[in-house]
Amino acid sequence: MKHHPLKPEGDTRDHLVVIGNGMAGCRAVEELLARDPARYRVTIFGAEPRVNYNRIMLSPVLAGEKSFDDIVINDADWYAANGIALVAGDPVAAIDRAARTVTTRGGTTESYDRLLIATGSDPFIIPVPGKDLPGVIAFRDMDDVDTMLAAADAGGDAVVIGGGLLGLEAAHGLSLRGMKVTVIHLMPTLMERQLDEAAGWLLKQALEARGQTILTGADTAEIIGNGKVEGVKLKDGTLIPASLVVMAVGIRPSVALARDAGLAVGRGIQVDDHMVTSDPHVLAVGECVEHDGQVYGLVAPLWDMCRSLADGLVEQPTGYRGSVTSTKLKVSGIDVFSAGDFSGGDGCEDIVLRDASRGVYKRVIVKDDRIVGAVLYGDTADGSWYFDLLKKQEDVSDLRDLLIFGQSFASGGGAADPKAAVAALSDDAEICGCNGVTKGQVVSCIAKGAHSLDALRGTCKASASCGSCTGLVENLLALTLGDDVQSGPKTMCKCTSFGHDDVRREIVAQAMRSIPEVMQKLHWTTPDGCSSCRPALNYYLLCALPGDYVDDQQSRFVNERMHANIQKDGTYSVVPRMWGGLTNPRELRAIADVVEKFNAPMVKVTGGQRLDIFGIKKEDLPAVWADLNAAGMVSGHAYGKSLRTVKTCVGSEWCRFGTQDSTGLGVKIERMSWGSWMPHKFKIAVSGCPRNCAEATIKDFGIVCVDSGYELHVGGNGGIHVRATDLLCKVATEQEAMDYCAAFIQLYREEARYLERTAPWIERVGVDYVKARIADDPAGREALRARFLYAQSFSQDDPWAQRAEGAEREHHAPMARFTPQEEWA
Amino acid sequence: MTGDWLDIGWVDEIPVRGSRTVQVAGGDDIAVFRTAEGKVFALRDRCPHKHGRLSQGIVHGGAVACPLHNWRISLSTGEALGEDKGCTPTVPVKIDAGRVLICRASTLKAAA
Repeated sequence: MKHHPLKPEGDTRDHLVVIGNGMAGCRAVEELLARDPARYRVTIFGAEPRVNYNRIMLSPVLAGEKSFDDIVINDADWYAANGIALVAGDPVAAIDRAARTVTTRGGTTESYDRLLIATGSDPFIIPVPGKDLPGVIAFRDMDDVDTMLAAADAGGDAVVIGGGLLGLEAAHGLSLRGMKVTVIHLMPTLMERQLDEAAGWLLKQALEARGQTILTGADTAEIIGNGKVEGVKLKDGTLIPASLVVMAVGIRPSVALARDAGLAVGRGIQVDDHMVTSDPHVLAVGECVEHDGQVYGLVAPLWDMCRSLADGLVEQPTGYRGSVTSTKLKVSGIDVFSAGDFSGGDGCEDIVLRDASRGVYKRVIVKDDRIVGAVLYGDTADGSWYFDLLKKQEDVSDLRDLLIFGQSFASGGGAADPKAAVAALSDDAEICGCNGVTKGQVVSCIAKGAHSLDALRGTCKASASCGSCTGLVENLLALTLGDDVQSGPKTMCKCTSFGHDDVRREIVAQAMRSIPEVMQKLHWTTPDGCSSCRPALNYYLLCALPGDYVDDQQSRFVNERMHANIQKDGTYSVVPRMWGGLTNPRELRAIADVVEKFNAPMVKVTGGQRLDIFGIKKEDLPAVWADLNAAGMVSGHAYGKSLRTVKTCVGSEWCRFGTQDSTGLGVKIERMSWGSWMPHKFKIAVSGCPRNCAEATIKDFGIVCVDSGYELHVGGNGGIHVRATDLLCKVATEQEAMDYCAAFIQLYREEARYLERTAPWIERVGVDYVKARIADDPAGREALRARFLYAQSFSQDDPWAQRAEGAEREHHAPMARFTPQEEWA
Repeated sequence: MTGDWLDIGWVDEIPVRGSRTVQVAGGDDIAVFRTAEGKVFALRDRCPHKHGRLSQGIVHGGAVACPLHNWRISLSTGEALGEDKGCTPTVPVKIDAGRVLICRASTLKAAA
């Protein structure tokens, strides 16, 4: 495909040669023609045997929504009409800057006065075995689309490596074309460069609902196949069959030609504000350039660059100043938008709106009264408005309260005062959509004495379900009562309007499965919670989904993440479990050896009848644990919101007063209940007689043995507020004592609030309630016990053993070491 | 490790909403954080309050909660947030082709 008008005799115009017939190269020529159509004689070289088309519309072509002809920007007539020579399908292979010529692979040489490099970018191919097998392709040009369409015709399985913009669009297209698609993404959330965690989670849900399999945190080990691709193997051993593999993990500026020609190249071809490279006769534009340290992989910056380039070519320089970019995912029916900087940080305020029933998540990031970023999911209608405000750096302080509701609310003549807006509503206006509560009903409830949010939720149910109308209800309260509003229920933290009990109830009722899901469905006002709510949510989910929920380590307090207690100097203390307070020479030797080997400065006998080794460095923890494991010891969970110790006295085996085998029972109970995560720490003791040497009546669960059986005590505490236990009941056998203990622990696990010890919990719910659930309800007790033992079947893996074997070693080892002296030497 | 920037490893080596440390011989560690959005920050690994190891705290939004007394420290400025007052030195970070680079001069100053 060549249009080679002969150079007209006497055409003395400068010759502009463009390498690249893509979006940047052609747009630059269009901009130039718009300014001065006669100034340059133009020749364009393109690697593909095609006219100029809109590359970003390849996804709709793949999806069957458009044809190739629909996405052509400039057809052959355009080249002819503007006297442009197009050399398509014969790429430029070399630039000779001294001679000012370019030479194609086919051997054609053309001289230039000005050269424009617009080579775009190359897909990044991850260097795994099998990457060159037939059937492994990138998603970059029309040929790739043709390959995908041919594969889709044959049907079968496709794997897309990369859950970014391009990968998801490829997956969507292949899925629509009938292939069974699996997306493999290295990062924990999709499109992490454009979307925050919450929006990424929503996107994953939506794509999975459409039948795609999305594997996040999945690392490709190799592509397998004999003569052609047959599947993808992950580093965790998972094998996914595939007759087509699309690599869409990223792009790299295409700089080989420029580098070979000796131009200055960093991550891209380096250009100044006028898109001029280190050689004044050579310009560059588009994805192949690096401007002010930035490279761009989106289309919008290219338009800005081309304008500046053309201004420079006609000697009316303006200068490019970099671009702020926005992203939209082209997957029909899924609306995703992001723009600017959404990483938060100092002085940034997040305004978050979540509407669970509509699947909407909107987040606008404001700094110094100006929008700096936006992430929208589900409702992107206002994306362009936010982006406009962002680019213009407009002061949004006047719009602040209504900004998140979008342009029509914020600037469309609506009342700027939310309270006034509520006042203006008619009595039959619906306030709470979930429960169908009108303004009139809310106001009449308030008149009848419901003077707090909690009271309203309890009576007319306004805002009691999804909570998205909480603000409206609060405004109604304020409007009706003025200063008489009683403060609402204590919320979990500032991230939510819900209390602990509400959140827990909804997690179970709506079968929620992850922290981002809870935050979305319950309208969290922060993107990823805080150090109060994250550990609580992690626990509630862990408790609700034993064996199923994947613990989020980053939502754990340091001690639980490190499986040791942090001390004020940053070292850790280590407490191995000593069952019922019993030990033996082998364990004692192992502890003594650890103390010497790791120079632990102190060993102390704890109040819980075991030994605490102090001053262990973070890096040494796995080695310490390995040594202790070797002597048969496991973690004592002295650091956890979990079972700490079972303290015992010597009991009937040795003591002249002992009535039962308290030591043996203590060991059995500790074996049953160790490893269980709880709302707070939990201590047990078993005393062999009413002299109570094990101090069982200040423990969370205490057993006092008597001649006729076992007294069971609950809710004791020896801390700041000393509280003696309440007597739960008396049982006759050791087995009953254990069964009641298991049931009590499970009731506490399921119903106490995170960080609530048993003592305040029992004071809150009353000991009679606990008696009714445990002592007076045999079926309920048995069900609780069974749930506890089921949960325990997943929790009794020694975390130390896992770490000692190398699990999560990044928690322990420094990322790098740096010795300044060596460096300066 | 030469030039004005220290190459300390791959971005992926830092857990999302987590942190790793860089040991500096003869000085305090540098804590390197990665937020949910993938931004990377570096601070001296000491809380301005009682010198708690910030690298061991819970990262949320653009802040970390110190594990000792739950002070919230801004990752971008090192300033204590809310009612608390204090500041821990920050170290400029840049990401190049997936590698994390921290400013050498600031590292030495922060670790000293």
